[in-house]
Amino acid sequence: MIRVQLPYHLQTLARVGREIELQIEGVATFSSVIDALETQYPVLRGTVRDYETSQRRDFIRFFACGQDMSLEPLNTPLPDAVVAGSEPFRIVGAMAGG
Amino acid sequence: MSSVRVLVGTHKGAFILTSDAKRKKWQVSEPLFAGWEVYHMNGSPKNPNRLYASQSTGWFGQMIQRSDDGGKTWEPVGNKFSYEGVPGTHLWYDGTQHPWEFKRVWQLKPSLTEEDTVYAGVEDAAMFRSTDGGQTWNELAGLREAKGHLWQPGAGGMCLHTIILDPSNPQRMFIAISAAGAFRTEDGGMSWRPINQGLQSGEIPDTSAEVGHCVHNLAMHPSNPNVLFMQKHWDVMRSDNSGDSWNEVSGNLPSDFGFPIAVHAHEPNTIYVVPIKSDSEHFPPDGKLRVYRSRSGGNEWEALTKGLPQSDCYVNILRSAMAVDTLDSCGIYFGTTGGQVYASSDSGDSWMPIASNLPAVLSVEVQTLP
Repeated sequence: MIRVQLPYHLQTLARVGREIELQIEGVATFSSVIDALETQYPVLRGTVRDYETSQRRDFIRFFACGQDMSLEPLNTPLPDAVVAGSEPFRIVGAMAGG
Repeated sequence: MSSVRVLVGTHKGAFILTSDAKRKKWQVSEPLFAGWEVYHMNGSPKNPNRLYASQSTGWFGQMIQRSDDGGKTWEPVGNKFSYEGVPGTHLWYDGTQHPWEFKRVWQLKPSLTEEDTVYAGVEDAAMFRSTDGGQTWNELAGLREAKGHLWQPGAGGMCLHTIILDPSNPQRMFIAISAAGAFRTEDGGMSWRPINQGLQSGEIPDTSAEVGHCVHNLAMHPSNPNVLFMQKHWDVMRSDNSGDSWNEVSGNLPSDFGFPIAVHAHEPNTIYVVPIKSDSEHFPPDGKLRVYRSRSGGNEWEALTKGLPQSDCYVNILRSAMAVDTLDSCGIYFGTTGGQVYASSDSGDSWMPIASNLPAVLSVEVQTLP
């Protein structure tokens, strides 16, 4: 199971707590995590990835193992520690608002 | 006994203000969608307990929320607004063409007759329709064929901010886009034509330009759907032929700039505006918050000041932030960027704040409940 931590507003939309768990089939990548997130919580479609471009929204950031991995291609495999469940994959609303 | 429900969208959530028909004591709800921008919230005329809200942020994009119990509970519905086909390009600030990109929903307009039909006006400018209560949205793409390649965003973005449905003809609708102008359809939204002849915009040298006019808001009385009123970037305008041509009716207003315009519920020739000093200083002239009323459909205006701050007031009233109720003594409501919502239960003769410390108000709609 992949542990995923969500920002406050997405927790509210999905009516879940800070951390959820997702089952990923095959190689776990950023894309497959978001695919699984959107499948399990359809209300989150369009909130992390843009509907049209399928790219990360501008003010969404991805962190794992203490690293900002937002600029990695979405087909990048998740770090081993995230796949093993010892570290969460964090979806973060960027600190941008002045 | 009748009651009133005021739907207030703000920069940091939505609020529902309720009162009985006396409109003297008001209850303010807890924040809805706290922390999100709510550009618009509106109720179905067919089923007043069916409400829609446009909820968005720059972080997480667009959500549409729906309530079927008058705002007590809400459920997210469809938030996918995909332009039909290849949307093409519109005019950009540097004179080049720029691709259409969805940003947010500015206006939600439930059908007058069909509970599950609702229209959405969006930025970049387009109109969408849902016939399943907001679950799915389809663009009425013919609008972009009305010289869309010449539309150019204003300072607030290229938004479709106003939708008016003709109660006498379900096939006829009017919309306004900043800063493209006003448009009309006669075939339920399949095709549209610009209706901007007579608009004078100082920065546009071609006075007959079909598009490129900065229309801020439109209003219509349901009993007189051929008469339209407009608050433009400059000037208050009136059309007596469904927008085919326009005449200025700014008359003795202290400023020809402003955002909202509204029509009295029972007097089709009584209209309301809130003059703002200029497009350079977006606040009331002389620091006095004054609603202006014309009982003659324009040209002759009177200032309504009783109960409104008459010194040191520098708030703005945005285009979607004024509405009326339909009680016998018509109520007028408007919200400010300072977070106040003012109400008059006597057609504007006197005013009182019914909420004073909300986030900046983006929109106000009113439901009159039996």
